[in-house]
Amino acid sequence: MAELTYLQAISDGLRTEMRRDKRVFVIGEDVGVYGGAFKVTLGFQEEFGHWRVLDAPLAETAIVGACTGAAIMGMRPVAEMQFADFISCAWDHLVTVAAKQRYRAGTPVPITVRLPSGGGFSGGPFHSQNPESSFAHIPGLKCVCPATPEDAKGLLISAIEDPNPVLYFEHKHLYRRIKGEVPEERYTIPLGKARTHREGDDISVITWGAMVHTADEAAQQLDADGVSVEIIDLRTVMPWDKAAVLGSARKTSKVLVLHEDTRTGGFGAEIAATVAEEAFEDLDGPVKRIAAPDTPVPFSPPLEKAFIPQVDGVVAGLRELAEY
Amino acid sequence: MAVAREAEPVGSLSEVREAGLDREDLLGVYRNMVLTRGIEERGHILYRQGKIPGSFYTGRGNEAASVGIATAMGADDVGTPLHRDMGVHIVKGVEPWRIFAQYMGRADGPTKGRDGNVHMADSKLGLIAMVSHLPAMLPVAVGCALAFRIREEKRVAVGWFGEGASARGDCHEAMTLAGVRKLPMVFVCDNNQWAYSTPSHLEFATEHVADRAEAYGFEGIVVDGTDVLAVYREARRAIEKARSGGGPTLIESVTLRMEGHAVHDDAFYVPKEMMERWAESDPIESFRTWLRTNADMTDAEEEEITGEVKRTLNEALRRADESPLPDASSLTEGVYASPEDLDTPHHK
Repeated sequence: MAELTYLQAISDGLRTEMRRDKRVFVIGEDVGVYGGAFKVTLGFQEEFGHWRVLDAPLAETAIVGACTGAAIMGMRPVAEMQFADFISCAWDHLVTVAAKQRYRAGTPVPITVRLPSGGGFSGGPFHSQNPESSFAHIPGLKCVCPATPEDAKGLLISAIEDPNPVLYFEHKHLYRRIKGEVPEERYTIPLGKARTHREGDDISVITWGAMVHTADEAAQQLDADGVSVEIIDLRTVMPWDKAAVLGSARKTSKVLVLHEDTRTGGFGAEIAATVAEEAFEDLDGPVKRIAAPDTPVPFSPPLEKAFIPQVDGVVAGLRELAEY
Repeated sequence: MAVAREAEPVGSLSEVREAGLDREDLLGVYRNMVLTRGIEERGHILYRQGKIPGSFYTGRGNEAASVGIATAMGADDVGTPLHRDMGVHIVKGVEPWRIFAQYMGRADGPTKGRDGNVHMADSKLGLIAMVSHLPAMLPVAVGCALAFRIREEKRVAVGWFGEGASARGDCHEAMTLAGVRKLPMVFVCDNNQWAYSTPSHLEFATEHVADRAEAYGFEGIVVDGTDVLAVYREARRAIEKARSGGGPTLIESVTLRMEGHAVHDDAFYVPKEMMERWAESDPIESFRTWLRTNADMTDAEEEEITGEVKRTLNEALRRADESPLPDASSLTEGVYASPEDLDTPHHK
């Protein structure tokens, strides 16, 4: 085991797969000589050569479309969007081509698209979004949202190995902020299997990505009130671990769904609806959602702080549920 | 001002031999063109009989272009043909009965009823099924070429688009990536002069679509898309150039869409004189005349071809009609691939 940052763990996972499997290659803007905008692929071009670490023109449609073609020809492409926000330019290629090819034409499209996502550093409206719910809604795509260094590595390897198009949302605010023990060997973490981040008896928080850590801080404060909070880290929102969520809901009888994406139509709505449909008789209170308001992500620090769910807000939400 | 090279017609049998086709190959080319049109004509009848759900599209007038390009492709080359390119599927060897099954939404169509009309391909034949969003398949074809380049395989990818689709960003991005990386790629523009009801001059402002190629760093060629041998010769040159590391080529094949955009469209907006003028250079009739003049195709040979095509079509229709409709219980199967799905020749 080595202690790695979340970012180092992503690099480690990618390097592990590229060393193991010659079919894996990386394509994206500035991923080669520069090592990527966030340095995830620093040193990769020296190790793997410039035909396996390709600096692409500023053309997200071509990047993702070409990954699809290369995947159909037997490669295992990993595309990097410089920021998750730019995936809008390649929407068609994920949603129209890659997502539907297996179902309608029987052709699997094993591609991974890395999406540096999330806010918290004044990135503004175009460098801070969390677009996972848009893609979780598309049959044929998978969406992965790791919260810890260990998961970042194992889930990335699983994403590359998976025979489907997988969107890997790596949270930029976690890149260098969190560290953890990461096994040095290759390992996978199954897509669709949640992780109990924290055991508790009174309230379940269902969340993923950076919000796992926000929820953790809030849960520690609730300890002082004598309220025991369980945190379920979904790890992947598509497929999502319904059994783990329903199991936790039945155990605690109170559920708070937390995400950094905006509220309306966010993936939390799907979770809340499912809990209401399938665990209604086990609930002792309404399913509560905490999410960003329905606005673009603002730039200025006080506005951005008001946008992204904060620990205080989660604490207040948990207390409200505890008292219900 | 035109920048692209305008290809000459093919003159003699000896010139064709130099381009790689012997007399027997030529009769095969003719047969494939006749079969291509036959499938679409029979499909049209099926549509009128109410046996085809949704709409129905044909490539009437494009048989020389699609058959000519596909004939020039090597066995290991791959492509992303579109809805005017039935000839590519025929040359690559799809079984006609499966096309009729596809048209009718039957369980034995290549998409098993999940998608309609020419939205199909047999991946074992090196073809990738198109989507409606044109030209979304160009970046995909470029990705195939990228895979060949990374693995240093001597294979070529062919990507099709129409003059209408040339207006979209996918086209620009695909040509940019293929150009900067000198990928083994041939872009084929089926310029049939009408994008649904919109004429070419409202789709692009240059004289030819192929004029753009120079801006992407490769050669553009304009060829008469009703001349199967000229199309073949230019495609062969472009494919072999790509195979030997010479980078992409853009071939613009000019034809006229001889029917509406789809069966519901009577194409009232196309001037009658234009239709009449282009009808005189019908690609199948033109090639038939060429074969009779230059290759001494006999009545017996011609009858053998038309007879064999007719029998093939009759048998294909019979077999397709026996194919069941898909069972509704299969609706949710196969949205996601399983690891076993990767057990294909491409994924070893």
